[in-house]
Amino acid sequence: MNYPLHLAILVLLWGYIYTSWSLMGRVGLVSFGHGAFMGIGAYSVMMLWNHFGVSPWIGGLVALAASALVALLIGYPCFRFRIVGHYFALVTLALSEVTRLVIIALRDYTGGSLGATPGAAPGIAAVQFASKETWLVIVAAFWLGGLWVWRAVERSMGRLALQAVSEEEEAAASIGIHVTRAKLRVTLISALMTCAGGILYAQYQLYVNPDTVSGIAISLQMVFGAIAGGMFVMLGPTVGAAFTLLLAEGLRLWFGNRYPALDSTVYGVMLVLFIIYMPKGILGATLALLGRRRLTPAKRQA
Amino acid sequence: MLSLENVCAGYAGFQALFDVSLEVKAGESVAVIGPNGAGKTTLLRLISKLVEPTQGGISFQGRSLLGVAPHEVVARGIAHVPENRRLFPRLSAEENLRMGAFVSRRDFAEKREMVYGLFPRLKEKRRQAAGTLSGGEQQMCAIGRALMSSPKLLLLDEPSAGLAPVVVQSIFALVRRICAQGYTVLIVEQNIRQVLKVVGRAYLLDAGRIVQSGASAELLAAPEIQKAYLGI
Amino acid sequence: MSDIFDVFLLEAVLNGLLLGGLLALLSLGLNLIFGVIDVVWICYAELIMCGMYAVYYLHVQFHWPLLLAMLAAIALVALLGWLLHQFVIRPVLSAEPINQLLVTGGVLFFLQAAATLAFGIDFKNLGVTLPAVRLGELSFSAARLLAFAVALAGALGLYLFLNRSYLGTAIRAISQDRAVMPLMGVNPARIFSITSALGGGLAGLAACLLVLQYDIHPAIGLSFGPITFLICVLGGLGNMLGGFVAAFIFAQFIAVGGFFFHLEWGYVIAFVFFIGVMFLRPRGIFSR
Repeated sequence: MNYPLHLAILVLLWGYIYTSWSLMGRVGLVSFGHGAFMGIGAYSVMMLWNHFGVSPWIGGLVALAASALVALLIGYPCFRFRIVGHYFALVTLALSEVTRLVIIALRDYTGGSLGATPGAAPGIAAVQFASKETWLVIVAAFWLGGLWVWRAVERSMGRLALQAVSEEEEAAASIGIHVTRAKLRVTLISALMTCAGGILYAQYQLYVNPDTVSGIAISLQMVFGAIAGGMFVMLGPTVGAAFTLLLAEGLRLWFGNRYPALDSTVYGVMLVLFIIYMPKGILGATLALLGRRRLTPAKRQA
Repeated sequence: MLSLENVCAGYAGFQALFDVSLEVKAGESVAVIGPNGAGKTTLLRLISKLVEPTQGGISFQGRSLLGVAPHEVVARGIAHVPENRRLFPRLSAEENLRMGAFVSRRDFAEKREMVYGLFPRLKEKRRQAAGTLSGGEQQMCAIGRALMSSPKLLLLDEPSAGLAPVVVQSIFALVRRICAQGYTVLIVEQNIRQVLKVVGRAYLLDAGRIVQSGASAELLAAPEIQKAYLGI
Repeated sequence: MSDIFDVFLLEAVLNGLLLGGLLALLSLGLNLIFGVIDVVWICYAELIMCGMYAVYYLHVQFHWPLLLAMLAAIALVALLGWLLHQFVIRPVLSAEPINQLLVTGGVLFFLQAAATLAFGIDFKNLGVTLPAVRLGELSFSAARLLAFAVALAGALGLYLFLNRSYLGTAIRAISQDRAVMPLMGVNPARIFSITSALGGGLAGLAACLLVLQYDIHPAIGLSFGPITFLICVLGGLGNMLGGFVAAFIFAQFIAVGGFFFHLEWGYVIAFVFFIGVMFLRPRGIFSR
């Protein structure tokens, strides 16, 4: 059956993308602009292939370089001059929207709002595989890679350092953590990973559209997925991906295709409710609950 | 007019006042003196209900203040001039006065002229942003702002704090004038010598407890006070 | 935005001026909310979208006179602003600022999706066409001129309210020292509610002006939302005068950029300008 396989691929893929977003989110750098990196990834590769015959392997490198450039260009002034919080979120929001607009503006190449598909050429050279099993392996590899990066970032910076950078910049700086550099590093990694996610998505779905891979809608979806699962926990974003996908599928089964935007409507409400009542996300809250239960018996003894 | 009975109060995990009782009669001028950290500011915040007591009772003009929200206190007739003035820095001096009159807008012009009569220098600077006024002018503005609500009880929190000695003199002279005009005043002060010359009665608050009280002259003469607080 | 800029550069510049007025009104509402409550309504443009749909349905479907429909829409969006504050913002007021952003992001998501659900994705038009106004060789849309005039009037009205009334003074005061407000007899929560309704009302007014010029679509908030945020950041978040000026600067970039290149490039150029300014003056040209 292809359908459960398809779902599994999507869960792992989005889990990977949400995880890459959370690398920044957990340090307090809430970006509403990751749609930009995803869009750059998806469209660069596809355009280079369709119009210049450039292999997605090379195109991917170009996309990654472009994403890195954008990340640094936006990140550097923001972090150097302590543009965080509201300002940062708004700047990244604008970034994702501008990316979407650029994609639409280049309609002669990108097909504008109608979207685009890559020229067919099944096989590894063009990174197009008919077999879903192959895709599952690829996506799972990236997903595991994402988790590994998460662990590596945590280890290299130390959890305390991460917290320090996110909450108390002055304190962090005073104990020798070069705050700007740390933030730029995290941003760069996150951007590159998301870009790769965009490329995978485009090559798997074989169709892209400015609204599904760039812009604020997809950026917010990433935020929601990560928050719903819990962005402070390694597997949280994956849980979030599973949650949002199952929610979408469930709604589709129940209501059929009659109500196209129903899942987004529910997401919106749930995001609000999650932020108000469960800011640590499903996994985070569950872990906190379990943790608390473990503590109580010990306390009684003391 | 104002009466506190066995009041205890504090902040999260920290008690500031222990079993405090005091009384202010209509037309009186009373001071609460004591060292830094004694809980004097907490006491005033209690009366203007920025803090709720954990025990004990507060009543003003016969009505209990327990459970009253802080923004309802001005309407009851209590005006609080907070520590460090707390003027709205980017509003003009006159706009600050206007804020003081928020709950009693009738006769705004009259009351404003009355305040300017008390503080002529303030009238000159009435369009100036409050944050750019000098320390003394700010204090005048802050007191004027409180007076704009036609209060029955005026609470002054350390009016001399952070002011140059010359200015302090003029502020206390002003306070004396306000008392003379018949306002009921409760002042909290660290400058014991100066404030005891202005008020009729005082309470000594130390580490959250009332340790002594009496007429100003008595207190000034008391040896403990002279030794501990006046450095004699 | 499915509109066209005419051929002459001067016309583009003047149209930019007219657009600037409208963008200035948008930025005022956002800056008011941020300056007073310290929260950015990410969903601000979506509130405007709701207002636009309200005018459309009241006038086109229920045949209300246009002016009445517009007044009702303003009241509706004011109510939405108030509701937003009571049920979405208040619970997270004491949480981290990020949560406040996220929660309004959720509302943005919700409103866009709910509008798609309720109204469908076809473009709707008010069907009101105003004549073009000719000035020599230049031609301007009457709707745009009207919007400019009303926007400036709205800005003036806001200015007078904030500076001449007790409530307005209280609103300005609370952004300077929230803790001392109860000593003035002012309940901060009440001021926040009123400010939220006022912000909503301004959004509603903007909706009325926009609906005269543009087609309505659930995602139309994306056309001017991000721009408004950039304008506010450029002018210094919370600084109403800064935002006002920044709006006109931005509008010129959009208008002139859109004149020389394709429409979307105008926005891109404006964004590049914005990033450039961020490098030079990170807190905005006129930060608080």
